[in-house]
Amino acid sequence: MWEYTDEVKEHFLHPKNVGEIENADAVGEVGSLACGDALKLTLKIDDSETIVDAKFKTFGCASAIASSSALTEMIKGMPLAEAEKVTNEDIAKALGGLPKEKMHCSVMGREALEAAIADYRGVILPMAEGEVVCECFGVTDLEVRRAVQESNLKTIEEVTNFTKAGGGCGKCHDRLEEIIKEVRQESAAPVIPDQRPKRMTNIQKIKMIEDVLEREVRPTLRKDGGDIELIDVDGDFVTVSLRGACGSCLKSQTTLKEYVEKKLREQVLDTLVVEEGKA
Amino acid sequence: MISEATDKIVYMDNNATTKVAPEVVEAMLPFYADFYGNPSSMHTFGGQVGREVAEARLRIADLIGASPEEIIFTSCGTESDSTAILSAVQSFPDKRHIVTTRVEHPAVKNLCESLYSISGHKHKVTQLMVDNCGMLDLDKYEESLTDETAIVSVMWANNETGVIFPIEKMAAMAKERGILFHTDAVQAVGKIPINMAEVPVDFLSISGHKLHAPKGVGVLYVRKGTPFVPFLFGGHQEHGRRGGTENVASIIGLGKACELVGGRMDDENTRVKAMRDRLEEGLLKAIPNAILNGHKTERLPNTSNISFEYVEGEAILLHMDRFGICASSGSACTSGSLEPSHVLRAMGVPFTAAHGSIRFSLSVYNKEDEVDYVLEHLPKIINDLREMSPFWQEAMKKEAAGCGCGCK
Repeated sequence: MWEYTDEVKEHFLHPKNVGEIENADAVGEVGSLACGDALKLTLKIDDSETIVDAKFKTFGCASAIASSSALTEMIKGMPLAEAEKVTNEDIAKALGGLPKEKMHCSVMGREALEAAIADYRGVILPMAEGEVVCECFGVTDLEVRRAVQESNLKTIEEVTNFTKAGGGCGKCHDRLEEIIKEVRQESAAPVIPDQRPKRMTNIQKIKMIEDVLEREVRPTLRKDGGDIELIDVDGDFVTVSLRGACGSCLKSQTTLKEYVEKKLREQVLDTLVVEEGKA
Repeated sequence: MISEATDKIVYMDNNATTKVAPEVVEAMLPFYADFYGNPSSMHTFGGQVGREVAEARLRIADLIGASPEEIIFTSCGTESDSTAILSAVQSFPDKRHIVTTRVEHPAVKNLCESLYSISGHKHKVTQLMVDNCGMLDLDKYEESLTDETAIVSVMWANNETGVIFPIEKMAAMAKERGILFHTDAVQAVGKIPINMAEVPVDFLSISGHKLHAPKGVGVLYVRKGTPFVPFLFGGHQEHGRRGGTENVASIIGLGKACELVGGRMDDENTRVKAMRDRLEEGLLKAIPNAILNGHKTERLPNTSNISFEYVEGEAILLHMDRFGICASSGSACTSGSLEPSHVLRAMGVPFTAAHGSIRFSLSVYNKEDEVDYVLEHLPKIINDLREMSPFWQEAMKKEAAGCGCGCK
């Protein structure tokens, strides 16, 4: 059960300005059936470039419908120049806030408004021209960059809540992480670059693993009378054998996961899985 | 909740949880403040409680044709599932393969997908596909079984669609090859007859709150002679197979509930089934572009999952909520994730329909006039939401024009 504000409930149960303006001066369409929400915004704009009427049709959940209704109420009677400055935060504020997982509904409202204004002016939105980062929901890097910057987003989860990017298969998470870093780096202090190489050959990987084991892991285990030996590396799976006191220690599984695997992930590759081999 | 909500509640979400039967509550109450002894105690005060627990165990065993020593009490269906699968994985450490399905409950699905982080071993997991009716291909199942297979875990009936899998056949096929078989039967027990004397299943999970007992109690059936490793280590309770002081009142409640559902099985499969069918047929008839999800007949008597195209599930649920109608949806928005139900996706339900799926699940407590009530209100709700949907008019135009391409 979502915690919706009274404003959201009111706009959802009694939405204002539902429909489609005939011979509209501006039409903005965003979203799709596959994505689970979509909004078609139609505007009537007079000669002084003021929005005199706005209507919407929305497919989506309660907060999508409420965001659309609140948006149309907000922009009716507004000069275009002012409407251009409406942000998703304004829409969310008009609704007394939205659950964080539902922020993308307010983003959809803003995008529909932008699309409608672009349609009126006969220009192409730059957003559509970016590189598609999230294939599941068709989100471009420009959309992600803007959301990170404007709403001060820090994590992939937040980006997903605002733009839906990364909410499907998860393949784009690495790229999203990069974009968040890039954008935040531009606005904040530089972060220490990751020294670990992104891709490496199996031989490079084995060498690095051996190096970490020799340099850090083995000396620690030897203090407790134990030892470790690398047996095999198969993709991300690292097979090792615990020797000496470790071999009979009840806590050896914890040592393997909490210590050895952690060290290797930190210093070699964060997808590595360490397991004990029967050698 | 939405302020316009009425006092009237029409509860059709029994696959989520059920009302605790009044008879069950009554049976439980003495075990809180009066007979609060520990069943393990030596004194009569505690010992008499132990006898009641044994009685409850017998009633549960009776419902599924098992013997009482094959019943282990747990805290929930999820614990039962985890216990069974992890037990098999530990009993056969050299077997690194598990067979399950694409449509399992998260209790099994997520466990199988996370096994390596728990056991430290990589397990190959075969997730069997289902067809668009939600049914499995038994030839594919047979092909998937190998010498490496530690356990098969397949649900008896699906929680979202109610589709029933041929567990008897599947368990027999595993048995022939000496492979352990687990079934998550939380939706099936109490709704359809189950007899462990005839079905060669090794592990079977039951959840109390799905059959009118309270939340927080479950059962794992373990066939006599099945290798077993406990999930919770501790005292000697459950013959050392599950540590922890017994949840006495809930166990007594579960025993009573099993006795009740055993006696109500006919009602469930006649009257409740007829109500479900009337609801389903009524909705499919009154609402255009409505599709039944799941096999028409190989299905639990209480469950109906219907997709209403071009509208979104959460919006439907919240409008029904105004009228006190309780149901569930497989839409993305209701789950907090951005993708619709994995069950509907596995069945190949198109996105146009998956987002607008609603599950009704009835129980013996539903009445005919409640079916009328839903049939009275839901068509208008769907119609209003469609009027608001940017896709509806377009779709209607296409259909009127007789778009012969089969697309929607």
